[in-house]
Amino acid sequence: MNAAMKTGTIGAHNVKVMNRYELTKRLVAQLVDDEAVVAGIGNTNFDLWASGQRPLNFYMLGSMGLAIPIALGTAIAQPQRHVVALEGDGSLLMQLGSLATVAAQAPKNLTIVIWDNGLYQITGSQPTASASTADLVAIARASGIAKSAWAADEEEFERLFAVALAEGGPTLIAARIDGKPGVATTDRDPAQIRARFMQGLGVKR
Amino acid sequence: MNEIAPTAAAWHQTVLAALKANDVKLAVYVPDRVLTPLIKALHADAFFTTFAATREEEALGIITGAWMGGLRGAVLMQTSGFATIPNALASLVLPSQIPALIFVSERGTLGEFNLGQAMVCRTMRPVLQSLGVEHHTITRQDELAFIVDRSIKQAVMTQAPVVFILSPLLTGGKVFAA
Repeated sequence: MNAAMKTGTIGAHNVKVMNRYELTKRLVAQLVDDEAVVAGIGNTNFDLWASGQRPLNFYMLGSMGLAIPIALGTAIAQPQRHVVALEGDGSLLMQLGSLATVAAQAPKNLTIVIWDNGLYQITGSQPTASASTADLVAIARASGIAKSAWAADEEEFERLFAVALAEGGPTLIAARIDGKPGVATTDRDPAQIRARFMQGLGVKR
Repeated sequence: MNEIAPTAAAWHQTVLAALKANDVKLAVYVPDRVLTPLIKALHADAFFTTFAATREEEALGIITGAWMGGLRGAVLMQTSGFATIPNALASLVLPSQIPALIFVSERGTLGEFNLGQAMVCRTMRPVLQSLGVEHHTITRQDELAFIVDRSIKQAVMTQAPVVFILSPLLTGGKVFAA
């Protein structure tokens, strides 16, 4: 076992191991202007659900890897609204090309947040490549998302997110998180989730 | 009849016109040789936002997000690309009731030279059938406008995806000189 594996994830040197639910609550508390939030499969959307349900949240229940593409589409459709994608390390690794597409389209109103615990947590906590060899922030930068950074601790996470909302992106913020499971479970009703999201976005009555 | 018949519109002009008439402004594609004239025409027309995705399921995710944000989108791919999207259809597009407009350039039949394309082509209609997805194989230019226009309207009104399989009989297909 190399040093990177011992400390959880590679690339995130000297950064604190935080908690997804705590960071999700902090992120939601910073939303001020009807931002939309698209959360990927599993614990990522479970913790967004637990943080307080809002119509402008989209909880993606299937289609692992597609939270960033969905957020990109919404950002293109509504350029005046900021859209935030929340995604896990395993999901991002499944759809790395989406980072290149985001960089090429360069939507100013898109922020991507990666929760990196180096685990396929919901399937039995098997290690992902980010536990040992793949640096997700370096991959994002090399894909063309220049504003990509690790958050060293909770305060820096909040600062990076505030800058992303205020200055525009595209931005990617990655946080090392622990292996604790999500604290609630999303109601599994995709049609209702979609309809509420469209109402929140002002598209549907 | 001595009159000179008006030049028929090319298939790609008809598709572009049907998209425009139905306010479909976003086109996301994974490239395909046969689709190239349509992709070029979409890029050249400022009405459309047109770009490539790295994978077909990524393209479906993008137009799903766009639809929820009030922007209609279409995805373009070839037959082998279709074989990569059943999960995105079954776990996102169908349960979320997204009127995804999916154009598939049909490879694998009527002169195919690549065995892999011929085999993957055989999986396409059974998959669409088992998922209950509306799909049309379009072989004739004189039926193209009607099928695409009416099917886009049906997709939107019924909140369900539709797949347009563009046959080599319509597009000419991709051929290699023997």
